[in-house]
Amino acid sequence: MTSRRPNYLLSAIALALFSVIFLLPFAFILFTAAMNQEEAATFRFSWPDNWQLIQNVKDVFRTRDYILVVAFINSTILTVASVAVMVILAAMVAFVLQRRKSRWNVPINILMLAGLIIPPAVVPTIWVMQELGIFKTMHGLILVEIAFGLSFCVLLFQAFISTIPRQLDEAAIVDGAGPLGLFFRIIFPLLRPVIVTVVVVQTVFVWNDFTNPLYFLPGDENATVQLTLFNFQSQYNTSYNLLFADILLITIPPLLLFLFFQRQIVSGLTAGSVKG
Amino acid sequence: MANTVQTKAAVRPVDTQQPRATIARRQKSPYPFWFMIPAGVIYTVLFLVPAAVAFYFSLTRWTLFDQEFIGLDNYVQFFEEPALVSGLTHTLIFAVVTCGLKVVIGMALAVLLTSQIIGRAFLRSVAFFPVLVSTIGVGIAFTVLMNPTRGAINGALGVVGVQGPGWLTDPQWALLSVAFVDVWRGVGLATVIYMAGILSIPQEYFEAAKVDGAGSGQSFWHIVLPLAKPATVTVLILSLIGGLRSFDLIWAMTKGGPGFTSDVIASVIYKQYQAGFYGLSTAGNVILFLLVTGIVVPLFWWFNRKGVEA
Repeated sequence: MTSRRPNYLLSAIALALFSVIFLLPFAFILFTAAMNQEEAATFRFSWPDNWQLIQNVKDVFRTRDYILVVAFINSTILTVASVAVMVILAAMVAFVLQRRKSRWNVPINILMLAGLIIPPAVVPTIWVMQELGIFKTMHGLILVEIAFGLSFCVLLFQAFISTIPRQLDEAAIVDGAGPLGLFFRIIFPLLRPVIVTVVVVQTVFVWNDFTNPLYFLPGDENATVQLTLFNFQSQYNTSYNLLFADILLITIPPLLLFLFFQRQIVSGLTAGSVKG
Repeated sequence: MANTVQTKAAVRPVDTQQPRATIARRQKSPYPFWFMIPAGVIYTVLFLVPAAVAFYFSLTRWTLFDQEFIGLDNYVQFFEEPALVSGLTHTLIFAVVTCGLKVVIGMALAVLLTSQIIGRAFLRSVAFFPVLVSTIGVGIAFTVLMNPTRGAINGALGVVGVQGPGWLTDPQWALLSVAFVDVWRGVGLATVIYMAGILSIPQEYFEAAKVDGAGSGQSFWHIVLPLAKPATVTVLILSLIGGLRSFDLIWAMTKGGPGFTSDVIASVIYKQYQAGFYGLSTAGNVILFLLVTGIVVPLFWWFNRKGVEA
């Protein structure tokens, strides 16, 4: 572990092993997505006889009156709206929770941790949403995603806010800032690094979410991207090429985020895990 | 200006002195409690309230519009029907297998990726990327790869002369196969957590151990393993929670089949919901809730206590 010279043999083994285990499945998805229908149905793992990826992508978009386009729009609205609201509300909670010590802090923190551990109660949530008239609506699902994502965001923000010196608050107050001014003009901009992390992690999470749209926004016209995959799966028993083209398409947004924000994603997911 | 200075002076005692706190609270604090209200309302209405009323609704025969109190009948039914109660054991098996493999493999990969090898950054990204890919997409891809006769996995095993099992069609293998895919998907997260843990160990420890004649095996057992314990705890608890609640992957790959051999509680909840047995579905939810808290909370507490002693 401390030797300075790279271990060539180990490197070669690691490279080969990682390629087979982690890269081949993605190659399989790509190849199958570029095959024609008959070839894809053989489940063969090989270079496609004739490469027709573009054609398949066009076909998958055209399926069922461009339902995939609708799904992309739905998923984008869902992701952007829920992540934006989640970040602002969670930062406000974390700010007060971190700065103002009161006897409510412990119970509030316990309730927050519960959000990370307890599985959401499905049918009762539907019942509450139905009573409020927001079941099967996009804004209802957005609120659900916010509710389920808040805990994680608050914990991350709280840890970061504790590193911002209180003198800064005091200076701003002396200069006449009210609570809103203090938070939105002084504190919130300082949270930028952790905001990037939270936004990226939650975006990937909400974009990939399957369970919540399945339960709380059923119906074909409301499909999100993950649900199109599921619907195509039962429908496209014969067109595996289109099914895999769909997988490829909906993986692009997380892939782009990953390429640009890999470090933030990793630091967000590992935050607080080392110190214990 | 004068006003704000006064406010600031008045804020101070809030923390320390009880009698003056009530007076001071009427003055404006720069950290008003109403900041927590919007988030608190959403969280309470859509998360805490459903979790609480679940306990009541699990005791009813329920159609969303109409409910009839039937006591513990749903629970009795859950534990009497083999198809339902096996979901409980499958959940435990799935969680223990995925969690154990993630801890062991994650640790191994992290040690490998923090050692002196070429292309570490690339390998790290490669191992981590599946974490970010759609679970349903991964599930579909592996369902095809695991096809018993035409799938690439058994094809490759056939080349080396091994007769691969019917991964998803053999009742003995189905649950484990899904668990393997879950490990494939999630081990990258365990790896980066372990890497952060290993990289935070001061390099001097390794150097000192080397001077004292410790081999790499010894420095792993006596330095890495004990000092990466917080990372182990995190990986363990995260993957236990994830494993116990797991639904997407199982649903995408086997839908609980063949038969009920890969049904877990989360998929039972969905099936009963689809079938219109809302009370029974909610009872499943309560059981899952008790299972997760019953395992994770004591574990968390136990690890924390141990940490204090050490």
